[in-house]
Amino acid sequence: METLDQLPAGERATIVDVAGEDGVAVRLLEMGLTEGEEIEVVGFAPLGDPIEFQVRGYRISLRANEARRLSVKRLGP
Amino acid sequence: MALPTSSAAEPRTITVALIGNPNTGKSTLFNALAGMQARVGNYAGVTVEKKIGRVRCGETTMRLVDLPGTYSLAPRSPDEMVSVEVLLGRQPDVGRIDAVLCIADASNIERNLFLVSQVLDLGLPTVLVLNMFDVARQREAEIDVPALSQRLGIPVVPTEAHRRVGIDDVRQAIVSASESPAPSRPPLFPRQFYEESAELSRELRGPNGDTVPRYLVERLLLDVNGYIEKWFAAVGAPNLSQKLARARERLAQSGFRVPTGEAKVRYAAIRTLLTGVLRHPAARRATLSDRIDHLLTHRVSGLLVFVAVMFVVFQSIYTWARPFMSWIETGQKLVRSAVQSHMPPGALESLLCDGVIGGVGSVILFLPQIVLLFLFIAVLEDCGYMARAAFLMDRLMSRLGLSGKSFIPLMSSFACAIPGVMATRVIENRRDRMVTMLIAPLMSCSARLPVYLLLIGAFIPATTYVGSWVSLQGLVLLAMSSVGAVVAIPVAWAMKKTIFRSETPPFVMELPTYKIPSLRVVLHRAYERGKAFVTRAGTLIFATAIVVWFAGYFPADHRELNAVLAEIRARQKSGQPTDPAQAAELKRLDERQNTLGSRLIEESFLGRVGHAIEPAVRPLGWDWRIGVGAIASFPAREVIIATLGTIYSLGSDVDENNEGLMDSMRNATRSDGTKVYNVPVALSIMVFFALCAQCAGTLMTIKRETNRWIWPVFTFVYMTALAYIAALLTYQIGIRLG
Repeated sequence: METLDQLPAGERATIVDVAGEDGVAVRLLEMGLTEGEEIEVVGFAPLGDPIEFQVRGYRISLRANEARRLSVKRLGP
Repeated sequence: MALPTSSAAEPRTITVALIGNPNTGKSTLFNALAGMQARVGNYAGVTVEKKIGRVRCGETTMRLVDLPGTYSLAPRSPDEMVSVEVLLGRQPDVGRIDAVLCIADASNIERNLFLVSQVLDLGLPTVLVLNMFDVARQREAEIDVPALSQRLGIPVVPTEAHRRVGIDDVRQAIVSASESPAPSRPPLFPRQFYEESAELSRELRGPNGDTVPRYLVERLLLDVNGYIEKWFAAVGAPNLSQKLARARERLAQSGFRVPTGEAKVRYAAIRTLLTGVLRHPAARRATLSDRIDHLLTHRVSGLLVFVAVMFVVFQSIYTWARPFMSWIETGQKLVRSAVQSHMPPGALESLLCDGVIGGVGSVILFLPQIVLLFLFIAVLEDCGYMARAAFLMDRLMSRLGLSGKSFIPLMSSFACAIPGVMATRVIENRRDRMVTMLIAPLMSCSARLPVYLLLIGAFIPATTYVGSWVSLQGLVLLAMSSVGAVVAIPVAWAMKKTIFRSETPPFVMELPTYKIPSLRVVLHRAYERGKAFVTRAGTLIFATAIVVWFAGYFPADHRELNAVLAEIRARQKSGQPTDPAQAAELKRLDERQNTLGSRLIEESFLGRVGHAIEPAVRPLGWDWRIGVGAIASFPAREVIIATLGTIYSLGSDVDENNEGLMDSMRNATRSDGTKVYNVPVALSIMVFFALCAQCAGTLMTIKRETNRWIWPVFTFVYMTALAYIAALLTYQIGIRLG
């Protein structure tokens, strides 16, 4: 399954799972990145990391190694 | 004491806690409610700021307690635990909480309701404020406020805090909520969760054998490796971790996984709650904020804008603060001469002029830089750019083991470390914040510049290379300005490997919607920071200045100097001498004053310490005079120039471009006739000043920000040791290379 860090800018996807039960996973869930939510890749920082996303109507920045925790399913254009 | 509140006209005081996500306009609402009069302090043992304001509403007085912005009420650190303790009424210096004021961003209501959902678990009377209601309306999001209020079971008040719209409604809502019973809502989690929680609750006891609040037990069960578990372990709960593991195991079997289940359950409930209450436009249109964001986070245009913004911020604290600082210095001189003209020379006069006026001056001298930096930071924060700056710089800073949020505090420190240290408050992670704070004083601040300019001007030859494009003096200045930042990299690395060892914190950061900053918010924040510096760090800086004055004045015999000074002032009062004999006499007296000044400082405690430490500074190539200069500069490094002026009998009124001082230093000799200064000595002094913590202001600000004495002491010790070793290496390598 693809993870969130692999998506190109502009891509929309549905969150399938958040891996792990540690502090990082809990923080992602608290910020509303839960199963079934739709998420969009807005863009990348100049050195390719971190990545900006749109979820639940707001914008959030995640580092690639955090985005990797989320497995996603592309929604297509 | 507890009289029944039968009559509404009876005066009473209630305590209200204000909580909300970051970027919701929480401090704007606090100021709109409580005005400018808020008492600011610290909670014991943590870095959390305690801010309590007073709000009048009819016969009721509200104590409004501002809690730090947070996304979740699941404490992971002692700092986060403070908010929970306050809300539960367990913080003795705050007392019982009568109502909770929860603020949410109306344009981002879904995620904001997560915290609201946790707050409602506390079972306290709660009012929900939907701030930035205008932004939500602009986005064509419709919120059915009465329906939301009815479903949540609490009053909901829409506001636009930056325009003071809805503030009176908030006041009224709090007062009536505090008089009503706490809301009850149907249980959110599966029945088994509450059964496990009740079971745990029967077995657990607090530190004094008291029963533990239900909220803490629930959090104990929900937060794997959370702070509450550590807290109970410290209190001494036997077999707690096994009991918890078994309880969580049973919950998982029943279909509720800990810790991931909490967010899923709450967000699902929020979705249900908002159905029919929140109506979005069918297709989300690209807003102006989206288009600005595209430009400002773009690889090319984003970086260009960032560099431009940083340039303006840096210029402002470096250059624009100059005129204000020279006014302060001029003002200081005026006050000093006014005092001198009304007092005979003596210890009291010197205490007033050199100690008190100098001390007050050294406090307010930093104000222009602090206020200017915080004006910019407040603008950048309030318009939403601050998070983008951190986004752009994160990769770069993560190579140092920090995050993008450390960039602006560290860059500001190149102008002045005091506002730099204060700016670390934007860093939520304690480890990153501490490391940033402790390396910030290594950045080459503007107060080091005069020291470099004096020594480079006096000892570095004006050789140029590549035509006349590159000068040796310029290269040395560049090297001195960067040595601190270069050294900071291994220092940060070492700190993260030793005293601040912990797992890399997640860098999950909200990028808030852009908005036009509110002038009132910006001015208020700059005023608050300036005031906090003067009232809380200023007193300590002042005290340090008095101590150093004392050490430089006593125990020498000042009688002859006082006589000479009285004579000079008497002659000056009668106007400029016209007669050449009188002018020559005045000149002779001036020289006598400077010679005596030099002798007296050598006889003072400071001079004695300088002599005593000479063996320690000799390997650096220094003599006792430089030692005295270095010691006298511990309150503020720029003092070295005035001290050297006094020591070399030129008076304290010299600056870094003073040719007389440069000549005296070039010609200074030791008792064996060899020159005191040469290039390696000059470099050794500059390296020492580049790395040493010679700034009481910064150290006192670190004390204030960390709320512990250990951190300024640690900073002082590590930087002084580093400075000594580096100066030693510079001199020893320098003389061997010739």
